[in-house]
Amino acid sequence: MADHRLHPITPLGHDTPHSVTIGPVTITEVTDTALASLAARLGEGKAVADIADTAGIPLPGSGHAAQGATFAAFWLSPDMWMVEAPFATHEDIVAILKPHFGETASLTEQTDAWARFDVTAPDLPAMFERLCNFDLRAHGPGAATRTVIEHLGCYVVIRAPGHLSVLGPRSSAASLFHALETAARSAF
Amino acid sequence: MIINHPLLGPRDAQEFTYLGDAALIDRPDGMAFPDATAAQDAFHDYLYLRDNPAGEHRELWFHEQGDRSWLVVTRNTVTHEITKVEFARDVARSRGRSK
Repeated sequence: MADHRLHPITPLGHDTPHSVTIGPVTITEVTDTALASLAARLGEGKAVADIADTAGIPLPGSGHAAQGATFAAFWLSPDMWMVEAPFATHEDIVAILKPHFGETASLTEQTDAWARFDVTAPDLPAMFERLCNFDLRAHGPGAATRTVIEHLGCYVVIRAPGHLSVLGPRSSAASLFHALETAARSAF
Repeated sequence: MIINHPLLGPRDAQEFTYLGDAALIDRPDGMAFPDATAAQDAFHDYLYLRDNPAGEHRELWFHEQGDRSWLVVTRNTVTHEITKVEFARDVARSRGRSK
């Protein structure tokens, strides 16, 4: 096998995940998560729910996210979820999930399609009301949705009080990061 | 304008794109007509003829910047009041369309 001397870079182009602190806000690139979308095929909703239950993959209801022991997931659309797993052990996440679901679900590798930024701050609504239509004051931990940030379709997943993840298209990672930084400076 | 999504609750119309009259769901079956001319006429009407009511109108909206579901929204074109929002797939299935 060829000896490739290539090393991976983060969505923002660094060797290690970039992090910035602006007042009370910390914005951090997160690269240790593997992603795959899981779509139940027509009429297989019950089978997929049973398999996921056995495999320890939470399948939350609409507008929500859930964390299991190894796997986490957030809702994308009816009968469709994004499954998250630790990158170190689940880099080839589709190959790991496919034997469980077989022909009941369609799985698509999504890991490198997205740039994930985790934002922590005591008052996140003040920052995100400048960024998107998602009303953080009306939603608590465990809520997840897709919305528009800086003209980009992004997922916002509330992990815990004062901690959320923004997943945006990786090819626009720098624009999204800039928008987050600008909103943080503006809010605090 | 706010569209009350059946699953996600009230969402800004900014997140949606508009297609038009929900009658688009009722596409004629081209093979079910006695001859080609009748089928062509039916498809002509389906493609080009639309009611343009001043009042209640059922229309297709796509939640593009959300969960990407197609919705049938009943909207008053005079007042913009939205009285009903349904999933288009439920509407289609209730009419025997789409397995």
